[in-house]
Amino acid sequence: MRFLIYLIAGIAGGVLGGMGMGGGTVLIPILTIFCGVEQHLAQSVNLFSFLPMALLSLKVHFSNGLVDTKGIAWMIVPAVLLSGVGSFFVKELSGPVLRSAFGVFLCMLSVWQAYQGVRQIRQKRAKKAA
Amino acid sequence: MADMKNERILLAGGLLTGAVNGLFGGGGGMIVVPFLTGIAKKPPLAAHATAILIILPVSFVSAVLYLINGYFDAELFIAVSLGVTFGGFLGARALNLMSAGEATLLFAAVMFAAGIRMIF
Repeated sequence: MRFLIYLIAGIAGGVLGGMGMGGGTVLIPILTIFCGVEQHLAQSVNLFSFLPMALLSLKVHFSNGLVDTKGIAWMIVPAVLLSGVGSFFVKELSGPVLRSAFGVFLCMLSVWQAYQGVRQIRQKRAKKAA
Repeated sequence: MADMKNERILLAGGLLTGAVNGLFGGGGGMIVVPFLTGIAKKPPLAAHATAILIILPVSFVSAVLYLINGYFDAELFIAVSLGVTFGGFLGARALNLMSAGEATLLFAAVMFAAGIRMIF
């Protein structure tokens, strides 16, 4: 039963992720709000389930020539370093504190996403009008 | 000189991406993409593809550290991974049903509701 509930949560997260919208940011709240998964554990499963999917899609993107590596070392190196620091200190935060912090992060991201969505719709309308 | 400024902005974006992805176990990709389109001037599709290449080593390092800290549940991992793979396939097809802007707005609304629910 537990397996089935997690499977359904994964499908829901995957559908939104497949639509190109930050799969993990939606999978984590689904797991914690609807399935009662502890915050740290929900974050861990998101990290792990991302890896095989990312490898597969990268293979496709590389063969389609979509990956453009110019200048990305400027982002990869600092990102990997800080990612290590963040994951090391995450155990110092309690589940409820981490969950609230994640909630704040989600609200900020959603405002940014809403702005992007409105911009895309406007651009499309402008194109239609022209 | 203008080039160096861009590199500093990318570096700052990398720091932010790593901190967020390590602390929250995700969300880094949503930060990387606007930096790749806005600063590195990559077209949207290339930016999304390249973002995965950036987030892969970042998530790998985080995953190893989460594992060392004892945050891992095999049953949860297998069930969720199977679900995400299948759901990802469905979602990619469903994208044809609405415009990208509409999908983004819908997504933003769901995320906002979830965020509020998690804060309180």
